[in-house]
Amino acid sequence: MAAKRGRADAEGGRSLNTTILLFLIQDGITNGAIYALLGLALVLVFAVTRVILIPQGEFITYGALSYATLAAGQVPGTARLAVVMGLVAFGFDVFAARKSLHARALLRAFTVNIVFPVVVLLLTMWLAGRQNNIPVNITLSLLIVAAIGLFLYRIAFQPIAHTSVLVLLIASVGCHLAMQGFGLVFFGAEGLRGPTISDAAITIGDLRISGQSLVVYGITAALIIALWLFFDFTLYGKALRATAVNRLGARLVGIRTSLSGQIAFLLASVIGAISGILIVPITTLYYDTGFIVGLKGFVAAIIGGLISYPLTAVAALVVGIVEAFSSFYASNYKEVIVFTLIIPVLVLRSLAAPEVEEEKD
Amino acid sequence: MSATLLSVADTSISYGKVEAVRSVSLEVKANEIVTIVGANGAGKTTLLNAIMGILPQHGRISFNGQDLAGLDIEDRVAAGLSLVPEHRELFGTMSVEDNLQLGAFRIAKATAAQSFERVYALFPRLKERRQQLAGTLSGGEQQMLAMGRALMGEPRLLMLDEPSLGLAPLIVADIFKIIGALRAAGVSVLLVEQNAKAALQIADRAYVMELGAFILHGPAADIAADPRVVASYLGFQHAGASAV
Amino acid sequence: MSQRLPVVIFAVIMAVLPLIPNIPPFWIVLLDNIGLAALVAMGLVLLTGVGGLTSFGQAAFCGFGAYTTAVLSTHYGLSPWLTLPLSLLVSGLAAVVLGIVTVRLSGHYLPLGTLAWGLGLFYLFSKLEFLGRNDGISAIPPLQIGSLRMLDPGTIYYVIWIAVILAALLTTNLLDSRTGRAIRALRRGHVAAEAFGVQTARAKLLVFIYAAVLAGLSGWLYAHLQRAANPTPFGAHASIEYLFIAVVGGAGYVWGGVLGAAVVVILKEVLQSYLPLIFGGQGQLEIIVFGIVLVALLHFAPSGMWPWLTNLLPFKRSATRTDTSAELAPRAAAPLTSEVLLKLEGARKQFGGVIAVNDVSFSVGTREIVALIGPNGAGKSTTFNLVTRVLESSAGRITVCGTDIDGATPQQIAKLGVARTFQHVKLIPDMTVLENVAMGAHLRGHAGAIASMLRLDRADEAGLLAEAARQIARVGLSDQIDQLAGSLSLGQQRIVEIARALCVDPVLLLLDEPAAGLRHMEKQQLAALLRQLRDGGMSVLLVEHDMGFVMDLADRIVVLDFGTKIAEGTPDVIKSNPDVIRAYLGATA
Repeated sequence: MAAKRGRADAEGGRSLNTTILLFLIQDGITNGAIYALLGLALVLVFAVTRVILIPQGEFITYGALSYATLAAGQVPGTARLAVVMGLVAFGFDVFAARKSLHARALLRAFTVNIVFPVVVLLLTMWLAGRQNNIPVNITLSLLIVAAIGLFLYRIAFQPIAHTSVLVLLIASVGCHLAMQGFGLVFFGAEGLRGPTISDAAITIGDLRISGQSLVVYGITAALIIALWLFFDFTLYGKALRATAVNRLGARLVGIRTSLSGQIAFLLASVIGAISGILIVPITTLYYDTGFIVGLKGFVAAIIGGLISYPLTAVAALVVGIVEAFSSFYASNYKEVIVFTLIIPVLVLRSLAAPEVEEEKD
Repeated sequence: MSATLLSVADTSISYGKVEAVRSVSLEVKANEIVTIVGANGAGKTTLLNAIMGILPQHGRISFNGQDLAGLDIEDRVAAGLSLVPEHRELFGTMSVEDNLQLGAFRIAKATAAQSFERVYALFPRLKERRQQLAGTLSGGEQQMLAMGRALMGEPRLLMLDEPSLGLAPLIVADIFKIIGALRAAGVSVLLVEQNAKAALQIADRAYVMELGAFILHGPAADIAADPRVVASYLGFQHAGASAV
Repeated sequence: MSQRLPVVIFAVIMAVLPLIPNIPPFWIVLLDNIGLAALVAMGLVLLTGVGGLTSFGQAAFCGFGAYTTAVLSTHYGLSPWLTLPLSLLVSGLAAVVLGIVTVRLSGHYLPLGTLAWGLGLFYLFSKLEFLGRNDGISAIPPLQIGSLRMLDPGTIYYVIWIAVILAALLTTNLLDSRTGRAIRALRRGHVAAEAFGVQTARAKLLVFIYAAVLAGLSGWLYAHLQRAANPTPFGAHASIEYLFIAVVGGAGYVWGGVLGAAVVVILKEVLQSYLPLIFGGQGQLEIIVFGIVLVALLHFAPSGMWPWLTNLLPFKRSATRTDTSAELAPRAAAPLTSEVLLKLEGARKQFGGVIAVNDVSFSVGTREIVALIGPNGAGKSTTFNLVTRVLESSAGRITVCGTDIDGATPQQIAKLGVARTFQHVKLIPDMTVLENVAMGAHLRGHAGAIASMLRLDRADEAGLLAEAARQIARVGLSDQIDQLAGSLSLGQQRIVEIARALCVDPVLLLLDEPAAGLRHMEKQQLAALLRQLRDGGMSVLLVEHDMGFVMDLADRIVVLDFGTKIAEGTPDVIKSNPDVIRAYLGATA
């Protein structure tokens, strides 16, 4: 992103040659793949819970910076945050079930909310600095962020799950602010980079494809296929879709909307963290970078209409490529171009389907 | 025939400050079809929703000997209670088969296969259309799917809210035939219906609800003969097709 | 005037506040900021809370207001008072341009679309040379009246709060009017609103512009309070904060905007000045706490602080009796030239490969009740939607009172004198029965938004409400006139829809399953009413499944099956038609 622009400037001024063209396309696709993942997660969460997930940006930074911190041999503060959030979530569970406290439900709440994050924290403390194995660090980062995502839904959204999209959105922004503040506390104002997952590189003619880019493509493709399999062929995947289509209908067949919401947040937080871990070797991430990266996933999701997964994925690639080219030609106006990209798309959409559903809440 | 399945005792339900249902009591025994008739707005739907846990209520509701207080909708489904609501609440963008499969969400996989067989036997139309999206079905087929989906969960008691509303007379006859078949299959039915004539013909017992309270209850045949009921719900026999 | 009393008291309190001896000047600055935020939030209340159009770009309109006056008063030396109308104009024009693009989107597209251009405009503000890029424009002259230069926060305070209170009054007036009802229908009832002649696209654009002008006013005030303008306060974070304010205060309430502004501005101030004292200046602690408090507030009062607070007050708004004496002129209409009101000739509707209505022809004459029956999915409601132009027909010709309606809008159909009810009731649940029914008379009123804001619409309004009250009495719902439509039973709601349709002063009434959910006695009353309307010169086309009701009432019956007309005739003919019995009635008929 920023670093690349400098390199492109140095190489060829403002004239476009094949090398730069291919480089920009590759850069665009790599970023686009990340945006695709984020866009998919946003669509998923919105469809199931009606929450527009602004804290997605924090899942990205938490994942990336936890990974980078672990790689530096330290225990990331996010692991402690997960334990604190787990305690609060446990309190919410006990309070919600105070009228009919069953031992089994209590045990489940205790396991999920207390045992799980505490075990992750202990593991992290034990492993941090003792080893520097990339898969181990990735797994720990994902576990930490997954716990935070799960508890975030339980604490902030489950109690107001019945309210309007607008209220959920504002709550979502509140979470974003709080989590960004925590990000600054945990990771400081300095940016971090993490180790690459693959250092290999392939050279085809003029084009040099880095191993990290290949990892990005591979993981994105694998995740998209996994999500598709999950939603179309498993009972829980279908249950999640059912909740998205008709909440009352889902409850009437015994699907807990709170469970669906928790699964959706869990998936989204893991996807966000993976995206972060994938880009942190390429770009220096700051505690507040996630917001703007998440927003671009957002742009893709909007273009996809918040409903269509394949369209979102394609849109994300377009966003990535447009961003790469506009940072080459008009880096000053890069953000303006990316964000106003939505408007023509929205115009087309509104011309194609002027009839809009009425709000039902 | 004698075991009490559902018992509603002295139950009131309010929307804000308006009391929609005032201290009603009701019973459904095993293998029984019970109907609640009354004008729209009398509180019938409200009562069904409260029994299902969609609305909060004051009073005692127990099912199969278990107090339902503090249980939410999903727990009540697990206990064997099922509601087919007035608006059916299908998963419109999913196939008929997916809708049915989700109906068996809480049931073990092996039993679900048998449930499919049973539901398809009851509603052959659904089997023909099993790959079609639920939202593209006709009104009658949607009602069948809603009932089929509820039956997939193997409920002990099925509550039906206005199953004939907005359906053509021919389809209404089909739906009532199937409700009758449910009793034979060991499922009790609590039926809320504004088509009082058809409901009273099929039910064992009936309750008449007005302004949030039961004004009459007893064997369905007696209720159907009650002059007050005849005057306000049944009317005089029209020449033509008002009966089903 | 009793409703005005709290406003007067509030105005007096606000006027006296700065005069309190020894009041810290810092408090006045806070109050200035609250006023500025309240102006923007009030626009959002109308736009988002009432109109259902969430905007994430409101701060950008403040930017238009602020930069307009900044550029004009510094580069060109214009007086700030001259730049005021220009600032409002620029914000308004920006809203027209952005509104035309985005307002047609609803649901979830709109907030995201506004977020997009909100961000885009922010980056634009910070990159444009003549706006001073990131540094912005400084040395903006202060407001001045005669020799009084409003240099300190205490003097501009009065300008700000006069603007806030005026804006609140105008907004309240606007909501309580013909245009206001149209705006309130946008969120949950635009299909019905269109069927009664409301130009919903125009109403949406109107609130969008109104909210933008309020934001522009706030921006103009801000520029002269700070005497500088830079991009930071006009970015996405500020826009989001305005939304917080509206939602925390109560997104559906004008005064909720003011309360929300007070809560959020003071909360932020308290956190910023006291948290570092307690915890030391570590990190962005105030942001963390602010975020958490915000979520907690929403848990505590999801519909906002204002309704929560007013619920605590002991006195309630008393219902006002509607004066039914005011006359309302009948619908302006060309005299009927033919005996045929509605004529379908080979009307056809295809959805993809499915033919929902297949070359259907029939007509409805004057003083006639025609019933449309047939199995579910036979195309009855689709036919209704073709006649009312909610759907575009694929082929064929439909004429209403001799006019070919090809290409007409639902609003124009209403003007021709066709009024309808809906199969799935479409009332605005949080409006009273009276207000819902008055919407039916929309086309018979004339007062526009500006007249309503200035209360010049009262005669017009009295006529509309009186007509609504008369129609409610006619259908027998006078006892429910002041209840919220959502609190009625479904059967009663259907009757309310009939009263609303009658307010159009229609020649043709289209009723979609009017008897569903009524019991026997109520059905008989409805049938009597419809006969009375027919005898008074109206025609009725109805879809209904209750055969007892239809056979007794209808003069003629048209039967549809799979989109095709299979029979037409008097009830007796239809009852014995073998095709109809096979497809629809069943053997027991």
